[in-house]
Amino acid sequence: MSLRISTHSTTAEALAGWPPPVFDPAGPYAGSITTLSWALLAMGAGVTAIVLAAIWIALKGKPRTRARLGGEKAIWIGGVFFPVVVLTALLVWGLSLTSHIAEPVARDDMRIRVTGEMWWWRVAYLDADGREVLRDANEIHIPTGQAIALELKSADVIHSFWVPRLSGKLDMIPGRTNLMRIQADKPGVFSGQCAEYCGGPHALMGFVVVAHEPEDFARWIAARRTQPVAPRTAEAQRGAELFVSTGCAACHRVAGTQANGLAGPDLTHVGARQTLGAGILPNNRGAMIGWIGNSQAIKPDNRMPAYTVLPAEDLRAMAVYLEGLK
Amino acid sequence: MTSETGFDPELYKRFPTSGPRPRGELEELERVWRRPTGWRIITVVNNNYIGTFYVAASFLFFLLAGILALVMRVQLAAPLADILPQETYNQFFTMHGTIMMFLFAVPAVEALGIMLLPQMLSARDLPFPRLSAFAFWAYLVGGLAFFCSLFVGLAPNGGWFMYPPLTSIAYSPGINTDFWLLGIGFIEISAIAGAIEIVVGVLRTRAPGMTLDKMPIFAWAMLVFGVMIIIAFPAVILGTLLLELERAFNWPFFDPTRGGDPVLWQHLFWFFGHPEVYIIFLPAAGLVSMMVATVAKTELVGYRLVVLALLSTGFISFGVWAHHMFATGMPKISAGFFSAASMAVSVPAGIQVFSWIATLAVGKVKMTTPALFLIGTLIIFTMGGLTGVMVAMVPFDWQVHDTYFIVAHLHYVLIGGMVFPMFAAFYYWTPMMSARPLSEKLGKWVFGLMFTGMHVTFLPMHLTGFMGMPRRVYTYLPDRGWEVTNLISTVGAFILASGILLFCIDLMRNFRFAATGNAGNTYGGGTLEWLPTELYSTRSIPYVKSRQPLWDDPNLSKDVEEGRYFLPNSATGNRETIITSPLRAEPQYLQIMPGPSIWPVLAAVFTAGLFLLLTVQAYSASLVSGVLAILCVLRWLWETDRPVKEPSVDIGAGINVPTYVTGTSTHGWWAMVVLMIVIGMIFLMAVFSYLYLYGRSTELWIDPPAFTWLAGIVALNGAGGAFAVWSRAALRRGNGRKRVAIWLIILSSLLVTIPVVMDYQSWQAAGLRAEMSGQGATVNAIVALQACLAFIGLLMAAFVAARGARGYIAVPKSNIIDLPAIFLVFTAALGMLGAAIVRLFPGAL
Repeated sequence: MSLRISTHSTTAEALAGWPPPVFDPAGPYAGSITTLSWALLAMGAGVTAIVLAAIWIALKGKPRTRARLGGEKAIWIGGVFFPVVVLTALLVWGLSLTSHIAEPVARDDMRIRVTGEMWWWRVAYLDADGREVLRDANEIHIPTGQAIALELKSADVIHSFWVPRLSGKLDMIPGRTNLMRIQADKPGVFSGQCAEYCGGPHALMGFVVVAHEPEDFARWIAARRTQPVAPRTAEAQRGAELFVSTGCAACHRVAGTQANGLAGPDLTHVGARQTLGAGILPNNRGAMIGWIGNSQAIKPDNRMPAYTVLPAEDLRAMAVYLEGLK
Repeated sequence: MTSETGFDPELYKRFPTSGPRPRGELEELERVWRRPTGWRIITVVNNNYIGTFYVAASFLFFLLAGILALVMRVQLAAPLADILPQETYNQFFTMHGTIMMFLFAVPAVEALGIMLLPQMLSARDLPFPRLSAFAFWAYLVGGLAFFCSLFVGLAPNGGWFMYPPLTSIAYSPGINTDFWLLGIGFIEISAIAGAIEIVVGVLRTRAPGMTLDKMPIFAWAMLVFGVMIIIAFPAVILGTLLLELERAFNWPFFDPTRGGDPVLWQHLFWFFGHPEVYIIFLPAAGLVSMMVATVAKTELVGYRLVVLALLSTGFISFGVWAHHMFATGMPKISAGFFSAASMAVSVPAGIQVFSWIATLAVGKVKMTTPALFLIGTLIIFTMGGLTGVMVAMVPFDWQVHDTYFIVAHLHYVLIGGMVFPMFAAFYYWTPMMSARPLSEKLGKWVFGLMFTGMHVTFLPMHLTGFMGMPRRVYTYLPDRGWEVTNLISTVGAFILASGILLFCIDLMRNFRFAATGNAGNTYGGGTLEWLPTELYSTRSIPYVKSRQPLWDDPNLSKDVEEGRYFLPNSATGNRETIITSPLRAEPQYLQIMPGPSIWPVLAAVFTAGLFLLLTVQAYSASLVSGVLAILCVLRWLWETDRPVKEPSVDIGAGINVPTYVTGTSTHGWWAMVVLMIVIGMIFLMAVFSYLYLYGRSTELWIDPPAFTWLAGIVALNGAGGAFAVWSRAALRRGNGRKRVAIWLIILSSLLVTIPVVMDYQSWQAAGLRAEMSGQGATVNAIVALQACLAFIGLLMAAFVAARGARGYIAVPKSNIIDLPAIFLVFTAALGMLGAAIVRLFPGAL
């Protein structure tokens, strides 16, 4: 399968997934849940041990210990008193933590609108008045050390926004706007994935969050707000023309060109992205050629048609053009 | 000792009777209960057969859904594997969940109830044997057709939870989704039929003297099970109807652009969906409580606490549904409430676990196969319960919701809480249904493989979830680090499957169905199902003095077998059982039971035909099938409610009870009341949907029609209800007024039908269209529901008229008048309520 181009093995990759993201928080929202998770795991392990011991005693214990276990008193202690105490304590903790994490978004929080679409993410950076200042897709850039407010929406079916190292998940529901906050304390790249089954290639609906130091973020956003440089080589120029003539521009926008389609991801700075196909392929020329030529083989049923009729040199020209959009 | 019905408890002292029984009465009992032979076996109604068929069919679906799971595990064994294409995988996981929940788990426990309850209660059969047969055949035919949709690539692919808008026509234009909505809607009918049977059976067919606090725990569990189905299933029935209406006629219940809301579906679905888990677990827990007592050779410790736990689980389970929706962004207050309720439900679970451990501690446990499965249950269920407490914590749930952690959690709960108890039950109760018990030697291997396989499969999944793998993904990328745990899970799945395969081999080698001459009480149980039984159940129906009658009275089996208790014969020459009072089980009357019949089978086949033909959009054929289904039901009912010539008979020791009874103490009345609760719940859910959408947005809402319309609707319905009541009174006045009574029923049914038309017309005139807004959709849904009730009322009136014309209505009291009369009163009341609510709220505000 074409997706195999993303397979490359390094020692770092052998340790991929470790430590588990839920236990490796990168910010305060995920961090407080991690503490709770450890406590819950300890509780689970402890109670399992108690029940196992009780079963052991019931089956193999000395008559006197068994007698103590074999009465209604034991049921009251083990089945009522003990759980009520443990659960009440947990509940208090859980509710206060819920309140803390779901605290209302502040007026001066930086706002980003993320819209779930089948099967990618539309991203818009908003100013203080809620106007879009920058459009992007499948990648969210944030400054470190501050809470970012996300406006979560859906354009079609229900999706769910989840970056385990930054926070829990929140659904994106048509007709509603859900607000959540994320925060990263250190720069890094954090992967996220759609967590609500949304049909077809739901499995391949990923994205990344990139956290920068605040000054780097300021530089990044300034660069992004400029238009990309015009194609410099002849091949890139041909790619730019093909991009319009083969119909790509009907769905994709590249700022400052004729391409102004809004149905698919904005490609103004696609060359600078880390991934292609919504978080599933590394962004390199081979992957780009493969994606344009036959994205249906990589991500079945996605909304972009396969362009298997295009000759290899045309695909390559377009890939060269697109990777130059930085 | 006080009495509930006026029955003198002193009479119980006449048992066991002495002296010889008359010759030939045993032969007559055998003749009356003989099973039909040859192809007519399909007309059989006896619970021994229907129960066994039912269990076998549900086990078949367990195997089929299990095979789907194995193929999915192969696909997930390595990243980017190509075993199952994306679309096929999506259909597989949807079908796996749907079949396991709707075609295996609920039917399996219902089947065990139908098989075991009459024996445990020492009834000759459940009170509506033909309803059981209907429920079984509807389930089998509908379920198999539903499964076959996989082979033509038309299986549903929206997940077993079917969230719109993914399942709305815009994003799921194929008929795959309709297969789910109509197929499952239809299985729900079968589940409700079974629940009515079980509730009335447990409350009204217990052996004399078996007061509620002497009832086997399993009967308690099945009672709670039945009540929960009656309250919970209407929510999903309404939900599936609304979604199908949206798909077929563009009524925007779930479309936010026209005042609908996709979250409404989630409320309706989970209001059913979470109680569903306890609907599956409680009967299994009931079985565990029964088997633990036998295995430990001592009474269950804390019987009353366990009963209390069953009841409170049922109660609390209706307050936890939204814990499946913590990630939808619900208000903090609601999240807090549902979080607290979800934790509270673990207290009754804890009570049961410690009661089982206490019972094991008191007794001397012999490590038989059922004992091993019971210990497995304790361990696995405890672990699943604990992860359940974890996910009840809202912030933790935000992380693990919809990940493999949840997959692990729910499989621990359901395998520990239902599958292991079921396998224990298979080993434990097989000797009751088979000439040979299952093999203890193979059984231990079955247990070992299943227990190991279960943990190897699902324990690593907790970690896979923590590593960030979402559920319902057909594949995953190689750089995420999910390979190792997934591969281990796949290996475990095959170990688990090999245990189940070994069980099938055991079944083939040793299971020999025998309704008569079974292997008997292999494990030494103390409850009534271990009395010697034949097709007619026990020779005589014992007077019950304790919870474990066989342990407490060593002569019981012999006395029962010799006919020294109630009803040692066929008193009227028909199939019959004793109906007892609900609390103290005092004998009230003798129910004459229907025998084998082809009509329930045909009714089930045509009902299945109606739904399946509707799915494939063969509308006229489905209409024909629907009409045939109704005719078959009427034909089956035609034979019922025929008084026998003896008004009362001796049911043993000179105790006389009537053979024909009407009014509130009859089993028919009770079943009708249960059915009305089901319909009332559907109505309530429709009203909830109306109010919910009002709360979301009133932008497109219009003013209700003039209130004079409402006055007319209320007046006509009121008259209709009054005529129905009057009809009963008219019949009381004797043969001369029989015709008046029949005409009053007919008039009543017309009077409750006319307001439906008025209701619809007045809203049309006011400018409301179903497809224009949430208001239009819900108001029309409520009117449509009322139209269905009025249609049933008309059918009933036609049936009454036909029976009257042929002289099949008893005078001065008849169930044929009583039951339609209360149904018409109920219809009139709902007609008034429905029309009033949607006009007065918010119109009158």
